[in-house]
Amino acid sequence: MAYLEINHVVRKFGGLVAVNDITVGTEQGEIFGLIGPNGSGKTTLFNAINHYYPANSGEIIFKGKPITKKSTHEICKLGIGRTFQVVKPLRRMTVLENVMTGAFLRINDARKARDKALEVLDFCELMYRKDMLGKDLPIADKKRMEIARSLAGEPELMLLDEAAAGLNPKEIDAVMAIVKKIRDSGITCFVVEHVMKFIMGISDRMMCINFGSEIARGTPKEIASHPEVIKAYLGEEYAKGAAG
Amino acid sequence: MAEIKIMAKKSWFLPAILGIVVVAIPPFLGGYIQHLLILMMMWITMATAWNLLGGYTGCVSFGHCVFFGLGAYGGGLLLLHWGISPWWGMIAGPILAVIIGIPIGLICFRLRGPYFALALLALGEAFRIVFTNWVSVLGGACGVVSSRTWGVEKLPYYYIALAIAALSVYVVYRLMHSKYGYYFVSIREDQDAAEALGIPTTRYKMYALIPSAFFTGLAGAVWMNYIAYIDPEVVFNLSGISIMMILAVMVGGAGTLWGPILGGAIFVLLNEGIRAAVGPISYLIFMVIACLLIMFLPDGIIGDWAKIKRAFRRKKPAYVGGE
Amino acid sequence: MALFGQTFITGILMGGIYAIIAIGMTLIMGVMKIINLAHGALMMVGMYVCVVLFASLGWHPYIGMLVAMPCLFGIGWLLQKYSIERVFKVETILPESQVLLTLALGLGITEIIRLIFTSDYQVTYTPFSAKCFYAGGMSISAAYLVGFILAMVFVAALHIFLTRTDLGRSVIATAQDRDAATYMGVNAGRITNFTFALGTALAAAGGAMLLPIFYTFPDVWHPYLAKAFIITILGGMGSTVGALSGGLLLGVAESFGATYWSPGYRDVVGLIIFLLVLLFLPGGLKKVIGR
Repeated sequence: MAYLEINHVVRKFGGLVAVNDITVGTEQGEIFGLIGPNGSGKTTLFNAINHYYPANSGEIIFKGKPITKKSTHEICKLGIGRTFQVVKPLRRMTVLENVMTGAFLRINDARKARDKALEVLDFCELMYRKDMLGKDLPIADKKRMEIARSLAGEPELMLLDEAAAGLNPKEIDAVMAIVKKIRDSGITCFVVEHVMKFIMGISDRMMCINFGSEIARGTPKEIASHPEVIKAYLGEEYAKGAAG
Repeated sequence: MAEIKIMAKKSWFLPAILGIVVVAIPPFLGGYIQHLLILMMMWITMATAWNLLGGYTGCVSFGHCVFFGLGAYGGGLLLLHWGISPWWGMIAGPILAVIIGIPIGLICFRLRGPYFALALLALGEAFRIVFTNWVSVLGGACGVVSSRTWGVEKLPYYYIALAIAALSVYVVYRLMHSKYGYYFVSIREDQDAAEALGIPTTRYKMYALIPSAFFTGLAGAVWMNYIAYIDPEVVFNLSGISIMMILAVMVGGAGTLWGPILGGAIFVLLNEGIRAAVGPISYLIFMVIACLLIMFLPDGIIGDWAKIKRAFRRKKPAYVGGE
Repeated sequence: MALFGQTFITGILMGGIYAIIAIGMTLIMGVMKIINLAHGALMMVGMYVCVVLFASLGWHPYIGMLVAMPCLFGIGWLLQKYSIERVFKVETILPESQVLLTLALGLGITEIIRLIFTSDYQVTYTPFSAKCFYAGGMSISAAYLVGFILAMVFVAALHIFLTRTDLGRSVIATAQDRDAATYMGVNAGRITNFTFALGTALAAAGGAMLLPIFYTFPDVWHPYLAKAFIITILGGMGSTVGALSGGLLLGVAESFGATYWSPGYRDVVGLIIFLLVLLFLPGGLKKVIGR
């Protein structure tokens, strides 16, 4: 049984089927990458796992227990952390306070939460920003703070939604390093991304979806040369070229 | 949250001086000033209570008069039906406010932003109508009249009100420096992010509502005992209580600890001063001040302190030539 | 049976007038995405304009309405441009400062009127006011009926304006997606000013229709603001059809509440509907009707 199992999940918005019967499992300790063109349903799938916009049908099972009906905060408490595609900093709190808020999930004492937060900030190399207000951060640091905030709650699985979007190449390398560090510390990562360098570079296994349905799965290398994937991203002609 | 650091730097000196002044000086002051001080303590309590839910947690309520009125009527009803001294209302009132507050919260917290504010406004009006019309159980428009325990003597009321104000500030202070405080502010800043961090937002909004209702109710109970007269028009009052609570917080600075304290004091002084100066148009002046405040100083004296400093600095002559 | 019919019809007629008041508010809400709590007070000012014209020139409120509307259009424009717009997109610690501003403005305007005219009730009595039509055992007030007809004329005119003219469609566009409208060449700021002014003028019209039926005084607007807001929520923000159906629904519900429950609790009917809708129908009737 997989660590996180997504079974036949469907999510509709009125007449639009955003996630069309997706079934996939993530193994513990791996980095699983999810790619797909814009509008393919990646973030919607995350939202379903997180109970943000719950699935219309299907099951989501984490560590053997179903979480489909649980609320967002319960899911977080069970060990699934999440970052958002459009970052959501707690604007009028400092970076340290932001991360402390995440730490309070497992810790009740304010002083201990502060220590934990400092630890996490150090891990994410964000110490130099610790007293800056959330709203004043540049985008790369906002994204890193979001990761740190989630990490402070000691998740066992992290859902990273486009953690590299909008970053320059140097910043992307930095995020990649952090995600690898996170995985190495024992946390499973489920990553959604557009930036190919990022996701190809760190994923152990991958899946590509389009129009809400799976179109390919395998290792990064297999995905990169898969005709359906190429067709989805670059069009028919390129796909023919690759297959030939 | 950054404002808390400023206070820490000044350490305990200023609050200590303030504490001594506030405790030791009043016996030497005249009756009218003592009356103002009592009102100040009450409004500080109410502002602090409202600020906990509205300023820190972001759940702006336009109907906090509900809790004030319930707090007042706690004692009032005891007197009306069973002849019990309204001093027992100091316990019954806040408890009543909390008991009613919990279902209000459970129902209304699913509403976001302005809808929550207006739902509370509607409730305030509903309570006023019900208390005015249901004469048999709630006394109707005539209200409840009691008698002052210490006659003309104001000092005991002052110390009671002072103690309550100090308690409310202390409770809010402790809450805001704990896990609760961080959770409250995160709900205000981004409720969805808070949920994703494992915060059960409705439950924590409740944790903010309960002390808020309690202390507002306590202020109402003090009113009952001090003024010795309440009626639905006065205590369940939208423009005189609900709105004024918000203004008092805004003047001082919402989302800060000292904001409501400053704001409550300023509000009482302003109220008396304006009424003495212009009489019948005092409410209009208040509304004009409110509009100007919202337009130019929305974060209050403490929140917009930088803005205020800048405005005064501009009055100094500029350097001639380059800098 | 006649009582039932009379209650129903009176409710419909009253509801039409409520709808005109609410339509102004829903338009403003649709474009500005803020709740305008000064709407009621501005309606009251419109009523006072009619009162003044009646007292000095003997003009019937329906004629006075033609003066009140442009007056309130101008007042609305100024308020929006010089006060409300200022806090429109400012980030403050306290959320809802915009709503608070409109409330303070409304209360302030009320005080100004109170100072000029005192709190006395002002009546515009015309022989027409007391006239009643009788049909099938039901008595129907002429003032209600004519007010309703006028209101429907306005609703129809507004609908045509919004859907068939360029300016009207710009308003709808700004309401649906401000940024997209701007990219299409719509001056969103100007449109916002215009919509606020238009909504205010409509409120004045509604007030003028109420005048022959009731009387006016500075605080008259409290229940009507609540009703307008309830209808806006019921009908869905920004929807004129929603405002109409919501208005009719509220009018009928209130009428039945007043007749069969108790006249004192008439306004509570609205509050109950309000709370129920907020809790169970977040999109308003719009969701159910499907517009």
